[in-house]
Amino acid sequence: MRQKALLPLVVLTIFALLVTACGGAATPTEEVEEVEEPMPAPSGSGEIFNRVIERGKVVCGGRTDLLGFGYLDEAGRNIGFDIDLCRAVAAAVLGDAEAIEVFAITAADRGPVLQTAEVDMLSRNVTWTSSRDAQWGNFTVIMFYDGQGYMVRRESGIETQEDMDGASVCVTSGTTTEKNLADDFRNHGLEFEAVIFEDTASVYNAYEEGRCDVTTSDKSQLAAVREGFENPDDHAILGITISKEPLTPAVPHGDDQWFDIVKIVMYALINAEEMGITMANIDEMKESGDVGVRRLLGEEGDWGYTDLGLDSEALYRAIKAVGNYGEIYDRYMGPLGIAFTLPRDLNNLWSNRGLIYAPPVK
Amino acid sequence: MTSKGPLSIFTRRREIPLWRDERVLQAIAQVISAFVVIGFIIWIIINFFEAARGRGLNLGFGFLQEPAEFPISDPILPFDPSRSFGYAFLVGVVKTLLVAGIGVVLATVLGIIVGLARLSTNWLLNKIALAYIEIHRNIPLLVLLFLWYFPVFNSLPPVKDSIVWPGPTYLSERGLYLTWPRLEPGSGILVISIIFAIVLALIAFILLRRRRVATGQQTYHVVISLAILLILPTAGWFLSGGSPIRMDTPVLEGFNFTGGMRLTPEFAALLVGLVTYTAAFIAEVVRAGIQSVHVGQVEAAKSVGLSSFQVTSLVIFPQALRVIIPPLISQYLNLTKNSSLALLIGYQDLFGVAKIAINQAGRAVQVFFMVMATYLTMSLITSLVLNIYNRRIQLVER
Repeated sequence: MRQKALLPLVVLTIFALLVTACGGAATPTEEVEEVEEPMPAPSGSGEIFNRVIERGKVVCGGRTDLLGFGYLDEAGRNIGFDIDLCRAVAAAVLGDAEAIEVFAITAADRGPVLQTAEVDMLSRNVTWTSSRDAQWGNFTVIMFYDGQGYMVRRESGIETQEDMDGASVCVTSGTTTEKNLADDFRNHGLEFEAVIFEDTASVYNAYEEGRCDVTTSDKSQLAAVREGFENPDDHAILGITISKEPLTPAVPHGDDQWFDIVKIVMYALINAEEMGITMANIDEMKESGDVGVRRLLGEEGDWGYTDLGLDSEALYRAIKAVGNYGEIYDRYMGPLGIAFTLPRDLNNLWSNRGLIYAPPVK
Repeated sequence: MTSKGPLSIFTRRREIPLWRDERVLQAIAQVISAFVVIGFIIWIIINFFEAARGRGLNLGFGFLQEPAEFPISDPILPFDPSRSFGYAFLVGVVKTLLVAGIGVVLATVLGIIVGLARLSTNWLLNKIALAYIEIHRNIPLLVLLFLWYFPVFNSLPPVKDSIVWPGPTYLSERGLYLTWPRLEPGSGILVISIIFAIVLALIAFILLRRRRVATGQQTYHVVISLAILLILPTAGWFLSGGSPIRMDTPVLEGFNFTGGMRLTPEFAALLVGLVTYTAAFIAEVVRAGIQSVHVGQVEAAKSVGLSSFQVTSLVIFPQALRVIIPPLISQYLNLTKNSSLALLIGYQDLFGVAKIAINQAGRAVQVFFMVMATYLTMSLITSLVLNIYNRRIQLVER
């Protein structure tokens, strides 16, 4: 009996096979279309731009734990240098600087969120390197010229690399910092004990507790962190700079339109400083006699906005929302900065012996 | 399938139409669901490869040979940043195995002790065990790890003011430094004699015990095997010329101690956190196992004159093991997998190294695949071994 009962089963299986084989060609394509919609998969040009417009929000990869760059103010709002760059893009594209959503991500997750295009823009003090450019996404404009340094306790008497032989060094994992540290000690033929944490807060916590003699990171970050220590004056940032750290907002690979928009917004902030346009005087500057200023603010001629899918006032809105490059810098890190004070040095305009330079608006 | 008596398929077909036959409908449902599941999996795989191609992701494994260029904290195996990614990954695997291996042994010991204490008639002991279990079961492991790391191990005195214990042993926020025996050249005979002693003692123990079980005679199996363990290495020590072992003492040089055996605070915090956490669960498993043994068994054992230690070790425990082993397997697997939280307190295990490799080499897909495959392999081997053991003790019952 059992064998006979198998017969319809076999027949049915064959039947089902035939049915699905015929329908097979159609079903998967339908499914792909259906499922792909909520999952962002930009592969062609314009996909990120379109999704930003559709969503009405720019999703930024940022942070909430680094004074000056991305942190929470007393009211719990996420502010900082990096966050303002993101707000400038939102103001230009969507007309509202507050139309942003910031995801706080760890250093180690920066690559994956770009590769999977989970964020529209990564503005989280990322160092631009060749391999990251090749693997992670498109790097836009260097907005902060930084360099890696060392912070030590003053009482340790460390002044040079040689003094650090055999020291324990606290460092964040998944950063260029980690590589530079290893390279620097190898170049000097010195030994060290690496104490590595995933989370930046843990690194400085462990250093402050005394687990390490030295901690290392970008100098701007060390300055920011020292400000939060119990006794900031007990710690010294050494004069040594062991690397170039060009901090650069990045966008996912594959959307040239979006890549160009973010670049041009960044350049506009720099150009605004060069032209003397500030948040306060921007409306008067619209009437300026300078053609370059008028073009930047959308009063005269097309600087390329039609091809990028923007309107004439996009850059005007960006500058009005966050100010020019110098204003953003000073807001957080200037002499009266709300976070800490860091001399502009390399981050001065080119005309001020710095490296900050932008292509013309034409 | 419901059986409806010995009806032939042909007669049945006349009674119930095909589309209302329960068996036929069930078969169709099976086939359809199989196709849906398989189709879904195939679609996921195709979709993944298409997306990978679209983004220009490199899916090769060639990066494993490239130099890692990042440091690993407390690498255990000799490691420097010029070694390859593949080797760095191996270091991570070894670090995971080390903490999981030691953790499983210690958690089992602690878990059994707490589990027995939980059943103790001593009111104080019982309540202490209860408090221990409830506290550890109801606090997330990550919180426990942070509590062990920052306020405990990270708040020990600085290196210069290390606590000194006899040995000498130094305890500071940089870890525990122990004086450790190191083998000197010419210690080969000693090593061989120790290995030989262990093997011989095991054989003697098993054979003598088997004879005692078979004949009922006292064979002194414990004493004899212990004697072998003592006498042979002593002989080996003298044969190898007097001093085959040198004591390696830690010395403070510059910022840190050099020499000796070191236990980093990260490793210690992770181990203590994992062991105390998992032991709380194991204690409950042990308690449940022991309570599953019928009271009559205990009464019977007592009535034939066994001491209370004998009742526990010879009657209760062997029977309780049958109930204990299956849930114990999952606790071991949990401990192993939970060890991946280590990267948050600075112990770079398999997952910690993998996350750095993803960042530095940018090969997220391959590295995650390797991580999953490694954890899967470790878990499957653990449960295979314990399942074999489980089957053996289950057979004893019959």
